[in-house]
Amino acid sequence: MSTPNIKIAAKNLTVGYGDYILLKEADFEVRQGDIFFVMGSSGCGKSSLLRVLTGLLPPQAGQVLINGEDFAAATPENKQHIMRHCGILYQSGALFSSMTLGENVALPLQQYSDYTPEEIDELVELKLSYVGLGGFKDFYPSEISGGMKKRAGLARAMALDPDILYFDEPSAGLDPVSSKHLDDLIRQINHSLGTTIVIVSHELDSIYSIGTNSIFLDAASKSIIARGNPNELVKNPPNETVYNFLTRGGEKHGK
Amino acid sequence: MSAQLNYNIRNQELEIVLAGDFIHNKTPHADLLSAIHNVKNITFNAASLKSWDSSLVVILFELAKTAQSQDVKIDWSGLPANLQEMISLALTSSATPPTREVQKQDFFTTLGEDTLNNYHSLKQGLSFIRSAMNSFARLLGGKAIMRKIDFLFALEGCGYKAIGIVSVVSFMVGLILAYVGSIQLKNFGAQIYVASLVAIGMTRIMGAIMAGIVMAGRTGAAYAATIGTMQVNEEIDALKTMGLSPMDFLVLPRISALILAMPVLTLLSDIMGILGGAVVGIFTLGIPYESYWDYTWDALFLKNFWVGIFHGFVYGWIISICGGYYGINCGRNADSVGIATTKAVVSSIVWMIVITGVLTVILQEFHL
Ligand SMILES: Nc1ncnc2c1ncn2[C@@H]1O[C@H](COP(=O)(O)OP(=O)(O)O)[C@@H](O)[C@H]1O
Ligand SMILES: [Mg+2]
Repeated sequence: MSTPNIKIAAKNLTVGYGDYILLKEADFEVRQGDIFFVMGSSGCGKSSLLRVLTGLLPPQAGQVLINGEDFAAATPENKQHIMRHCGILYQSGALFSSMTLGENVALPLQQYSDYTPEEIDELVELKLSYVGLGGFKDFYPSEISGGMKKRAGLARAMALDPDILYFDEPSAGLDPVSSKHLDDLIRQINHSLGTTIVIVSHELDSIYSIGTNSIFLDAASKSIIARGNPNELVKNPPNETVYNFLTRGGEKHGK
Repeated sequence: MSAQLNYNIRNQELEIVLAGDFIHNKTPHADLLSAIHNVKNITFNAASLKSWDSSLVVILFELAKTAQSQDVKIDWSGLPANLQEMISLALTSSATPPTREVQKQDFFTTLGEDTLNNYHSLKQGLSFIRSAMNSFARLLGGKAIMRKIDFLFALEGCGYKAIGIVSVVSFMVGLILAYVGSIQLKNFGAQIYVASLVAIGMTRIMGAIMAGIVMAGRTGAAYAATIGTMQVNEEIDALKTMGLSPMDFLVLPRISALILAMPVLTLLSDIMGILGGAVVGIFTLGIPYESYWDYTWDALFLKNFWVGIFHGFVYGWIISICGGYYGINCGRNADSVGIATTKAVVSSIVWMIVITGVLTVILQEFHL
């Protein structure tokens, strides 16, 4: 059993597809209330790691403990129980295109809670208002912009008041203002609700402004080559790769 | 401790007292919302509020909206700071949704618009066919950019991979044709003519139709889905901006493959249908093996055979053009690929039947 304020713990975790190993025997911990960034260059396996953490992809070896429970080895019912306390915002929003935004957000509530339809309606309105989409309940995903889709996806991820929210490249495809908005929203949710947040991203602005902890994946060595608060990490980079990443590469050579 | 929500009114001031754990709380709050009718201010006392989730925020959110509409002032300061933050987040004005215009139309406007729309899509269809023909002519003239590998892939898909299903379906159709024919022919003691019936029926038209229907469902649908997905992924835009014609690049290899494959599949279908008929004729109706083949052979006119093959060739054009057309004109979201696929299959089958009717009349005129 891990200490109570460790929310997610990866132990000896190996991630890959068949013979294709992306991450080998990694260990890391996400504390309760962290805004935890998973960084690394494109294709190093960040999304795959997220798929393992959320149970979509079984790990090749090792364990994922969520609140001290072994997630990968849990029975299907147990797994579903744990999943209900996790919300996920996918890269594209992943809204169901045949449903309105309201129906998208209502779906998990209808499936997993015993709220009455009226209560669900009010909750849907609230969650959409959190993300600034109060009046958009009856709109279809095809009728709103990319940034709005992301926010609607976030409203759906928050439907069941999750303890942990996962984000896959939340700022990809967003303009700087929308992306800043989303960062503010993430920070506020984290601050006011105490939600633990795990973000896959290489958006340096977000990493510095909201990150409290991070790991850095490296494709070549298939391992975690740096960890810690990103603002500390940039002052004290353990190696060239991390330094280049955190300073956008050019600065060292440019100056 | 369970959630408790109490309130008391003093001097037009409503004090709401929250206590306990508001986790997944289902306290009714309709009477609270109606209680604010005759108050001016609302304050909170949350000294013994332990924990909360959205089920509390939602009550306060509803309260705030009702209060706003009735000009009642709310003093949130009695609530924990983080709860206040969530409420203010929810109350921060959302983007205003664009208003959607609902237009009422009378019958004649609708009729007119529909006619115009149909006319436009017909024109669009014809111009697609024209540019497909142009592209094919460029190919024959050696000027079209068609990647050989695309053509070979398409040929593989509609060629030998389709052999199994076309064979099974045609065999069964031959079998059915023989059975159904024998019911009537038996009455006259003329079962032997089952052989001629199957041979003529399959070669003249059924072989081509069966191959066509199977290929419309199998390959026409695949064309529309593949090209439609490319449209969704903006691959077609990319082609166009590179100055490459999607027609030459995507549609042409598929048309060429299918118009080559269809006559061959028609031939296969003819043979399998005749075999299916023979199984019924020889084993069930007890027609001697030798005479069954004699009658079959006598009924096989080269003319019928070529008419069938020609139909197959025409169906190849129809299926690949329908698949390509609906693929290229696919919308841009996930639904639209499904719609494009359905339309491609339905319209290729409808056009196949329509064109068959037209061809039959023309061929009659020429005594073919
Ligand atoms: N389902 C899969 N099967 C095999 N390989 C995959 C699969 N999904 C992703 N990959 C490979 O895993 C690598 C990492 O992908 P991904 O986790 O998406 O990287 P990132 O999100 O860091 O860009 C890529 O090289 C990709 O080709
Ligand atoms: Mg990724």
